[in-house]
Amino acid sequence: MSEAGPLPRPEPQYATAGQQAEAAAFGMWVFLATEILFFGGLLLAYTWLRASHPEGVAEAGRHTKVVIGSVNTLVLLTSSLTMALAVHAAEQGRRKALTRLLAVTALLGLLFLGLKGYEYHGEWTEHLVPGLNFHEDSPHARTIELFYFLYFLLTGIHGIHVTIGIGLIAWLALRARHGAFSARHYTPVEVTGLYWHFVDVVWIFLYPLIYLVGRSGP
Amino acid sequence: MTGIPRSYLFTWAALVALLAATLGLAYVPMPGPLNIVLALGISVAKALLVLALFMKLFRAPALTRAAAAAGLFWLAVLFALSATDYLTRKVDPVGDLSAPTGREHRSGDR
Amino acid sequence: MTTATVTGKPDEPVVATRNYLTEGGVTLRSWLLTRDHKRIAILYTLSITFFFFVGGAAATLIRLNLVTPPGIFTPDIYNRLFTLHGVIMVWFFLIPSIPNTMGNFLIPLMIGAKDLAFPRLNLLSWYLYVGAGLLALFAILIGGVDTGWTFYTPFSSLYSNGYVVLALAAVLAVGFSSILTGLNFIVTTHRMRAPGMTWYRLPVFVWSNYATSVIMVLATPVLAITLILVAAERLLKVGIFDPALGGDPLLFQHLFWFYSHPAVYIMILPGFGVISEIVPCFARKPLFGYRFVVWSSIAISIIGFFVWAHHMFVAGISLYAGLVFSLLSYVIAVPSAIKVFNWTATLHKGWISFDAPMLYALGFIGLFTIGGLTGLFVANLAFDVHVTDTYFVVAHFHYIMVGGMVSAYFGGLHYWWPKVTGRLYPEWWARIAALLIFFGFNLTFFPQFILGYLGMERRYYSYPPEFQAWNILSSAGASVLAAGYALPFFYLGWSLFRGKRAGSNPWAATGLEWQTSSPPPTHNFDRTPTVTRPPYQYRPEPEPQDV
Repeated sequence: MSEAGPLPRPEPQYATAGQQAEAAAFGMWVFLATEILFFGGLLLAYTWLRASHPEGVAEAGRHTKVVIGSVNTLVLLTSSLTMALAVHAAEQGRRKALTRLLAVTALLGLLFLGLKGYEYHGEWTEHLVPGLNFHEDSPHARTIELFYFLYFLLTGIHGIHVTIGIGLIAWLALRARHGAFSARHYTPVEVTGLYWHFVDVVWIFLYPLIYLVGRSGP
Repeated sequence: MTGIPRSYLFTWAALVALLAATLGLAYVPMPGPLNIVLALGISVAKALLVLALFMKLFRAPALTRAAAAAGLFWLAVLFALSATDYLTRKVDPVGDLSAPTGREHRSGDR
Repeated sequence: MTTATVTGKPDEPVVATRNYLTEGGVTLRSWLLTRDHKRIAILYTLSITFFFFVGGAAATLIRLNLVTPPGIFTPDIYNRLFTLHGVIMVWFFLIPSIPNTMGNFLIPLMIGAKDLAFPRLNLLSWYLYVGAGLLALFAILIGGVDTGWTFYTPFSSLYSNGYVVLALAAVLAVGFSSILTGLNFIVTTHRMRAPGMTWYRLPVFVWSNYATSVIMVLATPVLAITLILVAAERLLKVGIFDPALGGDPLLFQHLFWFYSHPAVYIMILPGFGVISEIVPCFARKPLFGYRFVVWSSIAISIIGFFVWAHHMFVAGISLYAGLVFSLLSYVIAVPSAIKVFNWTATLHKGWISFDAPMLYALGFIGLFTIGGLTGLFVANLAFDVHVTDTYFVVAHFHYIMVGGMVSAYFGGLHYWWPKVTGRLYPEWWARIAALLIFFGFNLTFFPQFILGYLGMERRYYSYPPEFQAWNILSSAGASVLAAGYALPFFYLGWSLFRGKRAGSNPWAATGLEWQTSSPPPTHNFDRTPTVTRPPYQYRPEPEPQDV
């Protein structure tokens, strides 16, 4: 059921639809470059903390829920696969496959958020939330609090990105169901795909920095 | 209906294998900073897989690759130039001044 | 059609009936929902002018307070005044000033495009700016902030009793506005150029805004995350930046200046672009060393990221870091100097006329040179220890920001006024204002070099009596400056209704923007132009008319 579809009219500022598609993809890459620096500031703070208080960070790392973290990594990696397959389906103009793959990607994103929420709940009951209910009887309590401060900011901001991604992908799925995309016009799918893969890449780095710290220690 | 491209499935399998590897290696005691170096090395490998195969970065126009490279280059600048301070700063509990003042007392030195 | 064809008909009363001001309706709704880059530029100009006067009012009160120590305000109010002045002027005037007004208006025109690549994003950027501005004003009205525009921790995160979080949110929002603008300009410059508009045929104004955009896009996100950290620290009382809570205040300064030093170049690079357009036009000569000017802009936007810790020489960074950053700070003087030499060489043997834009441009070159040379003083580790946090530094960066950027802003405003409005401004009034601003500026800020060298600290509401004479001079200069800034507001407003019709090219200038009618039609060109020659093909005499 391959459908080429008519070439859509570009927006008035563009000469051709091809120019519009190129501009959109390049715009997304520039945006992703800003995102690298956005997370970069937090990562510098993390590096400072870890370099100046290695023992405290190791102890804090052992408080994190490595099972949930690992399962969530698997979930996000899989969602990246389904997103890549969705873009592939769009390239071939397979509307039904595109709709389903986008829906699966969004659902995996929701699963990630659900698990993350469960993890946050666990941290709340263990008094690990800085500023609100933090309580820790350890000589490294202060470092552990700072670690969790950065943990909540890193995962919270990443979670906001995931939420935005889910919204975009769900919207794309709805539009795909109504036949908005064709083999000649699928730029929104491609560009959203880039964003979603980037969110995955960020998590690929957060995972060892948060969950695998100090695991080999006492 | 055209089949699912194999390369995507292989990529995913490789990503999962690397995830398992990094998780397992994290529990092996290693000397010095080897644990974190390995973990970050595996992360870089995973990220490259996603960038190369899912995001098709290396088949993208040079301009696109430049945008991605710019982001990474500036991140490196942030870390490298901050390191010129952090790797050479001497923090003394007594409150040492970095610039020589002629008033340092030797006992405060480490 | 080429960039070099001169189609000037200064006296012909061309009334462009079909233009962006009338096409698409004149209702408020048609303006607030517009996607036309030219209308968005007008929206920006109006809102930026408003914030310029807000920031200027604060400056006036500061100078008033400093006439007679210990002044007329309490220390607490004085702190809030200079914070207000800094926050508004940096983020709500200087950073968006030239890019968002002239850049928005001119980049598509100069490259022969119908609009920016992402018009909706452009409008969103303006709404973010206005929203952020209102938030900042709200924070000021309910009590203000006393941290200074730099929000240094742990004062901002722990001790300050102002509305710091609100102000941080405002700056965060305006930062996102700036990121969106930069992104839009980068994509537009790469992807929207007309046929034949190669990179080396781009006007330097476009190159400068491109270099600025690179900084906006890569530096601003670091500011954003830093402000989020400070706000979280203040709200949660957990401190990654607070030494009392185990944090490192220098980490804040590293992150903050990683943005804020390159941001200085956001504030000056577009000014370089404006001057590079004005000087060749009024010297009737091609820009000397076009490629050097272009690449020095790019060099500044990159090297600008390597120098940030020269703001922290006495803050407690290591001596080695100080040496590295001091050396790198000298390096950045090279591309800046290249530009000054190139403008000067462009003037050499030129057919110079002293219209108002040229007066501003010449003022810019002189004042920027003083600001740049004193920048070398403060890049010097040993000298900086002496003048850190004194009025020497205040004078240095005002020579760059006000003497440089604001002069360029006014120069550009006059130069392109006929294109934007279709009317000529009154030349003599404009020259008087340009001279007033130049003399007022020097009278205000030159004494501050001396005060700083003598040891007067910045950000204090009072000072020892021996500094009073210089302070009175400075405040006198400020009132001249204020008159200089108020004048254009009136005569430009008058010219909107009574000014002579401009015609499409009153300066007989080259460049695609002068080839379309004034004011331009909504999609800029009736036919997409094709470019065949490099920019700035000026000849010694203004020619009457080409065929």
